[in-house]
Amino acid sequence: MIRITDLSRRVGDRKILDAVNLEIRDGEIFTLIGPSGSGKTTLLRLLDLLDLPSTGAIDFDGITPDGSRAGEIRIRRTMAMVFQKPTVLNTTVKENVAVGLTFRGGKRTDIDDQVRSVLDLVGLSGFAERRAVTLSGGEMQRIAIARAVITKPKVLLLDEPTANLDPENAGIIEDLILRINKKFRTTIILSTHDMIQGQRLAHRIGVIMDGRLVQTGDSADIFFHPVNRAVASFVGIEPIRGATVDRNDGGLATITAGGLQIQAVTNKLPATKVALCIRPEDITLNLPDAPCPSGSARNCLNGTVTRLVPLGPSTRVYLDCNGIHVAALVTRRSSEELGILKGSRLAAHIKATAVHVISDG
Amino acid sequence: MNEIIDGISQALYLIITFNPDVFQIAALSLYISLSATILAAAISIPLAGLIHFREFRGKRPLIVIIQTLYSVPTVVVGLVIYLMISRSGPFGFLGLLFTPEGMILGQAILIIPIMMGLVIAALGGVGRDIRDMLVSLGATEFQAIIEIVREARYAILSAVILGFGRAISEVGVAMMIGGNIRGATRVLTTSIALETGMGNFPFSIALGFILLGIALIVVIISHVITSGLSREQLQAIGGPP
Repeated sequence: MIRITDLSRRVGDRKILDAVNLEIRDGEIFTLIGPSGSGKTTLLRLLDLLDLPSTGAIDFDGITPDGSRAGEIRIRRTMAMVFQKPTVLNTTVKENVAVGLTFRGGKRTDIDDQVRSVLDLVGLSGFAERRAVTLSGGEMQRIAIARAVITKPKVLLLDEPTANLDPENAGIIEDLILRINKKFRTTIILSTHDMIQGQRLAHRIGVIMDGRLVQTGDSADIFFHPVNRAVASFVGIEPIRGATVDRNDGGLATITAGGLQIQAVTNKLPATKVALCIRPEDITLNLPDAPCPSGSARNCLNGTVTRLVPLGPSTRVYLDCNGIHVAALVTRRSSEELGILKGSRLAAHIKATAVHVISDG
Repeated sequence: MNEIIDGISQALYLIITFNPDVFQIAALSLYISLSATILAAAISIPLAGLIHFREFRGKRPLIVIIQTLYSVPTVVVGLVIYLMISRSGPFGFLGLLFTPEGMILGQAILIIPIMMGLVIAALGGVGRDIRDMLVSLGATEFQAIIEIVREARYAILSAVILGFGRAISEVGVAMMIGGNIRGATRVLTTSIALETGMGNFPFSIALGFILLGIALIVVIISHVITSGLSREQLQAIGGPP
């Protein structure tokens, strides 16, 4: 287990990483998501002991770096890192992949066998004698992963490994990451600005914004219960601001937002200023004034379509409901069936449990 | 005009018949300049590595000084070394003046700055990302340095070849330190200067051809080598982007 305590890094006056506390469990895939420049790379570089923290400490299975070079190398050799930019040495694929083992003083014949088996793993068997610099970006990144995995790291650090790749190659790398985690029980810490990738790969997710780790949890936590407006926006929710809790009847609250009353499940007390987060996927659209289904608590809002954004097979529909702006995601097909156009009148149905309430201070 | 055509045909005759004087001079030239190149490389490469891999005060100014010395006139180097190794100079007791060994020393000193500067550039051309990658894979400092030097090997070799090119084609040091003594310190460049002055054009032209031939071979070798260079390394040694 890796325990990060109060870790900060300052360069000049700028805080690049600010008091991060985090535990990474053995064998898990932990993804760091956050916008570009939020401090993900910095955290990974600190973990790999490539840079020095300004404050704080990292504990690797009970061992902390003692400041000596030898101690540093001993810890670093239990890890391996793959960088965002595909980087290879100007030599053969085989020598590239072997380099970490030669640093550790392995025997030539052992090394050859292991090179063959990791090249198999990354789907590049037969590439051993090729010159690495002539390969494509995706292939180079697989070489980089092979080069890391061959050292049998306990922890694999991946810094935006697919950021420079096309979707197909990115998919290959994602599959590879899952396979490595399953096969070798390698702890994987991966950073990405692609939240879908973060969700696809991760057991747990940490959200970094402006150098601070603002939320950790599983993907449901992050995607449905963002802790604040910044996280909500990052995971694709546009929060409804300026709302106030009116009543709270044992967890089911009635909240005033604009001219509307919205029901939501929360324990926030009356008179609290809040913002409402509703995932576009959780809003169903119906013909205007369609009967509001009875049963579970839900909100039925009438509104006018202000904007339609086609997203491949689905469409994002923006509604203005009495001054409250909500976005719904519907399939292309149902958008056509409902005849949705700009200016159409529609009813939006939202379960009270789908409304996530955060403080808006 | 006739004189030139005559000269060229006689020069070809001298080369084809392996004229012993011509080839003795060419061989001595190669011996001196190759030795100077090896000596300079043995000094420049480790020093350049030291400068590149260590951080110290005055690193930038030092590199600027080295680069300035790229274009030091050969006669200035000749003059300084002459003063050092002449009978009354501080190293006069070594008896190096007017010997091939003195010329080797002189040419080595002449080309050390350019070799060192280009090796520093070559090592700098190996990006920060390569260094991070090596360190992250568990390299000790020494292992990382070895890998970075290996990564820069083509660019380093080009630097050495460029140094050789400057050594074999220079005339100032060879003339002032060697003295152009027939059969002892007479090399291609000095004898071209001398024979031309005496009106012996065919001999000069023959030597000129050989010098050009050597230059051609050097260029071909360096082309073969730099075809193995990465784009960044090519830029580092001043090649095309």
